[in-house]
Amino acid sequence: MASYKELPRTAQIRLVSSHQEVYEPCDDSFALVDALLADRNNLLEHHPTLCMEIGCGSGYVITSLALILGQEASGINYIATDINPHAVKVTRETLEAHGVGAELIVTDIASGLEERLTGLVDVMVVNPPYVPTPEDEVGVHGITSSWAGGENGRSVIDRILPVADRLLSEKGWLYMVTLTANNPSEICNQMRKKGYASKIVVQRSTEEESLHIIKFWRDLDKEVNESDQSASGFIGSLFALGPLLSYWRGTTSKQKQQK
Amino acid sequence: MRLLTHNMLSSNIKGVVNGFPLRIEAEKVVEKTVEMNGEFLKKMFEKIDWKAFVDASRAMGPEEADCSMLDSDEFLNRFHHALLELHLEEGALVCPETGRRFPVNKGIPNMLLHEDEDTDGEDSKDGLTDIWKVGVFSVTG
Repeated sequence: MASYKELPRTAQIRLVSSHQEVYEPCDDSFALVDALLADRNNLLEHHPTLCMEIGCGSGYVITSLALILGQEASGINYIATDINPHAVKVTRETLEAHGVGAELIVTDIASGLEERLTGLVDVMVVNPPYVPTPEDEVGVHGITSSWAGGENGRSVIDRILPVADRLLSEKGWLYMVTLTANNPSEICNQMRKKGYASKIVVQRSTEEESLHIIKFWRDLDKEVNESDQSASGFIGSLFALGPLLSYWRGTTSKQKQQK
Repeated sequence: MRLLTHNMLSSNIKGVVNGFPLRIEAEKVVEKTVEMNGEFLKKMFEKIDWKAFVDASRAMGPEEADCSMLDSDEFLNRFHHALLELHLEEGALVCPETGRRFPVNKGIPNMLLHEDEDTDGEDSKDGLTDIWKVGVFSVTG
């Protein structure tokens, strides 16, 4: 089976544009792209039509996704949003430097897209602001918006999840970065109530943080069967150590870029 | 911004009922050739609001104005061109209900709202909301 095929391309750091108010690609971004690479064959067989990133930052992730899956000729279009106008400009530069394109919009999560884009997104990728912070840091402009996640780092995540549920197509997949402190098993349970199955695609512990890239997809057979705990049992057990780890307060990739 | 995206975008001002489609004010339109994919066009054809699309394509330039696109022998080519190859580079998107302009610079629409556009009308009427918010920030800051 082994062949000498080239490894699929992802965005190259030397071509990623930057700005002092824009989050640079870091461990969390790399873990998310690694998750997409690990799932590449499934993604190609999935034949997505519209792919979307919420919170595109430097553009490293959406550029990598476009390089991994191909563009118009493959019948795929990309949309990326960020609340930080500097980030969207940097994303545009990063995309251009790699010869790929995406539709870019400066907006809060998917505000303005929620009506007409309902049920059209086949693949969504999100590296949310997941760092636990005081609530009043949430919604602050500039680079702060890339990491400030409020209580348990969940303030913005909990606003994104219902939007994701609305925009994802019947066959839609969501890949999201979470930190142990975000209580990922609780996120999975919450999504399960909306009819989603979930799986950890990449798990990575660095000196600073423990990251999980979780993939969600609609599991129509198991939709809203509250008494059935089996599906959450697997993922629940993987997160069993979470509460212990959350006592430990280290710095995260995202906190490193705080001024 | 392509017309594909324009067709998916509505005014997000709180309280606006008829926020679609946004009217296009085109200052600069650029064309970028991309390879055609029939499957993609077929899928999108079902999702596109046709009236909004034809009006938008007219706003992008006089030569694009064509209501008979549907009957055209070259339908796919023209649909592909208007949907994916025209980019609104500079201009604005205008809320059909309030006239609020959302600027488009370097091809990027900015849909961010001012604080008083993002809350329900009742809150902002009395003017107390802003004072209350200032109060909160000064206490915590």
